Order: sequence, then C-alpha cells, then structure tokens
Amino acid sequence: MYFEKITEIIRDQLGLEDAKIERETSLMKDLEVDSLDAVEVIMKIEDEFDIEIPDEDINAFKNLGDIADYVKNKKEG
Amino acid sequence: MKRRVVITGLGCVTPVGVGWKSYWDALLSGKNGIGFISQFDASEFPVRIAGEVDNSTFVDLIEKKDSRRMSRFTQFAIISSKMAINDSKLDLEKIDAEKFGVIVGSGVGGMDTLEEQHRILLERGPKRVSPNFIPMMISNIAAGQISMMLNAKGPNFTTVTACASSTNALGEAFRTVVRGDADIVVTGGCEAAITPLSIAGFASMKALSTRNDDPEHASRPFDKDRDGFVMGEGGAMLIFEELEHALARGANIYAEMVGFGAASDAYHITAPHPEGKGARKAMELAIKDAGITPEDVNYINAHGTSTYYNDMLETLAINDLFQDHAKKLSVSSTKSMTGHLLGAAGAAEAIASILAVRDNKVPPTMNCFQPDEKCNLDYVPLKYKEVTVNYALSNSLGFGGHNATIAFGKYKN
Repeated sequence: MYFEKITEIIRDQLGLEDAKIERETSLMKDLEVDSLDAVEVIMKIEDEFDIEIPDEDINAFKNLGDIADYVKNKKEG
Repeated sequence: MKRRVVITGLGCVTPVGVGWKSYWDALLSGKNGIGFISQFDASEFPVRIAGEVDNSTFVDLIEKKDSRRMSRFTQFAIISSKMAINDSKLDLEKIDAEKFGVIVGSGVGGMDTLEEQHRILLERGPKRVSPNFIPMMISNIAAGQISMMLNAKGPNFTTVTACASSTNALGEAFRTVVRGDADIVVTGGCEAAITPLSIAGFASMKALSTRNDDPEHASRPFDKDRDGFVMGEGGAMLIFEELEHALARGANIYAEMVGFGAASDAYHITAPHPEGKGARKAMELAIKDAGITPEDVNYINAHGTSTYYNDMLETLAINDLFQDHAKKLSVSSTKSMTGHLLGAAGAAEAIASILAVRDNKVPPTMNCFQPDEKCNLDYVPLKYKEVTVNYALSNSLGFGGHNATIAFGKYKN
C-alpha cells in the first residue's frame, strides 16, 4: 500500500500518467526526474505520510521500493 | 549594407482572442475583453474587474507535463511562441541554432507562484517551500523555457521595464538581428499579474479603474470620464528574421521593423514627465532610427492606458513632436479592449501595429465617447478605420520613467 500511494504521488506530481513505475524504478535514472522534482516528490511523501525524511536517508534510496520500505519502517516501526 | 529585419511569424494569447487572427478580428470589431475577476475572490477588493484570458481558450494548447513547472506567465509565453514559430513555417532542423535568439519581456514574472509559496512559507514553514519556486517565479524563465523548447542557442535574455518591458524586448531583438548576433529572434512579452497582491498593490496606487459596475466601459483611453487602467494578462510573440534569411526560404513577410527609440524621464517613480519629454524623445529616436520623417507616420498605437496623466501627457508628447501632422495621425489604444497587459502589452500592440501596416486598417479606441479637452487627436473612436498605413509607431511607457517606441513599415523590396 505504501508503494501504491507513492506511485500515485509521483504520477500526479510529475504528470506521468502512463509511465511504467515499479519497485525497481529509479526516480532520477529511469523517470529522468531532476533534483528539483526529486525534492518535491520527497516533500509530498513526507506530507502524505506525516513523516520527516532527513537528507542523509534520501541519498541512500536506490529505487522506489527503497522509499516504500523506508516509509513502512517509519510508520510501523 | 545595414541588415534589415522583417516579421515572419505572430502568436498571441490575449483576453480578446487566442492566435493572431482571432486577436486581430477582435480588435477590428471592438470586442470587449474586460469582465469580473475570476482567478481569485476579489469581492472585498476595491478593484474587481480585469481582462482575463479564459482558461478554456489555452489550457489544451500546452501539455500538463510541460505546464506543471511553469507559472502562468510562462505558459502564455510558451503557447504564443509555439504559435509564432508554426506561423513562420521555420524548419527548426535547418536553422543555425546559435544564430537563433530569444528576447522576451515580463514586468513581474511569476507573481502567482510567489504568492502561493509565500502562503506556504507562512502557514507551514520554510521546509515546505517548493524547490521549483525560484525557477518558476523568475521573470527570465519564460525566455529560458522558450529556448529549451526550440533549441535556440543564440542571445537569450529578458527585459524588465514594467509596462514597457516587451517594447524594449522587441527593440533589443531588432538591434540583435541588425548587429548580426542572430538571424532569427523569438521576441515578445508575457504577463499574468491578476493576483490578489498585484491587484491590491496597483489599486492602492489609485492606478486602476474602479468602474466595477460596468467592466465593459472601464478601460476608456483619452475619454473625459476615464478613471484608471484595467489590468489585463496574456502573451504575444513575434518572429524577427533577417531579410535575406527570410527571402531565401520564401517566408511570408508581415512587415518590416524599421526603428527603435528608448529614453528615460529621470523624473518620478510612477508619474510621467509633466511635459511628456521622455515619450517624445523615444518617438523622435525611433523615427530617426527608421530614416523617415514624422510626416511619414500614419498610425500610432498609443500606450493609452486610460489613466488621467498617461493619456494627457502622451497626447502632449505627440503634439509636441508631430506639430501640424499630429492632427493627421490616427492614434488608438487597443487597451480599451484588452486591458493593460503590462509586460506583454508592447508585444501585443506591436502585433496590432504590424497588421495595421499590412492591412491598412487601424483598430479603434473603444469607450472613447467624449475625449478629454486636453486630448485633441484622432483616436479612432469606437470603430476601426481604413486608411493607408505606410509607417506605424507603437509606444510603451513604464513605471520608472521608461519610454520605448518601435516603428514598423510595409515591406518593400
């Protein structure tokens, strides 16, 4: 469910209605998202799940699956 | 031999029409573009009227993935540029990208984005301000975005001289092509300042008409009952092309840009010079630059904002410069229909001037029912006029004392 919500945020935020988005998808490499939009997406995720993601954690994300797992871990411990 | 500059493409998004044909038809038929403000709740504002671009007329012309990181003024710029390039039939694959420039004016840039993000800052704190805020807001981003869309790698910049912004842009584009720094320049202006902060600010200056009960008759340049300008919005772009370049590809030529003049009042932050000196000087310089005499000019698209001082002092400047010939000029303000497009005004009015030269038709000054006694020219009141237009001037006078005039003539071999 975290992954689905994150996918929805990305589609909505970036206007990527038809893009193929999977757990292995990288925001910057596969979706060609620049650093500004990447920050914007992270902000939306923070808002959606009411969490804070420190910059050092962001740098460790390799793909969307990592982000979903991170959020799950934050929310459910 | 001096390089000559011709206009080979036009595009615009205005409160009276989208695309130059619809815009020109609207101007000739005296169409009103002023209504009640719909972009925000203006019910508590002293000014509740403006010339808005109807969203339904342009949102489909830009893809959502492109527009989402563009403030409204940039969207107007992108759509107008696309139209102008299509109109010019330029093949972007075949032109020299490094001789392809973009010079675009905007008075205030992304005011809507600024206000939205400021609200977020106050309500939710600094960490919630969008990383896209700055690149969406800065006035020059419209020119930047156009260059990315068209792969234009030549000179690229933005002129900011309030209401004269895009007339200065066209002037600089003209010079850029004459100098040889570019063969083609997309030039024009864009503005979207119908926002709460902007309307409140202009209203506090007492610059805006408060004829809230009768929007259609609020913008009435040179009329004795005028009470201020009406805010408009939109974008207008033109393709300036070096003559030989245009001829070599068999381009359609609307008219030739023949001169540019710019001068400063050095007088007051908002009030025009009491003798219209700066405006007069800008016109004089444009005429001299064109290598013509005042008697050669047939039409002036006036700045004509519908404020007390502008209309009186612009008239004074015209009389002072043209002397006896002033009475023979047709002088009209298309702001009577569109409202004041601020940084886009000069470019939109350049399109009107160019088509006046091409078609020998002069658009009217609507709502000029009874000219002010100090306004004694032929303002082409209420109905367009057919008259030979060999040369036309377009004036723009901006807060800060910026005066700019551009001159167009029929293209002759």
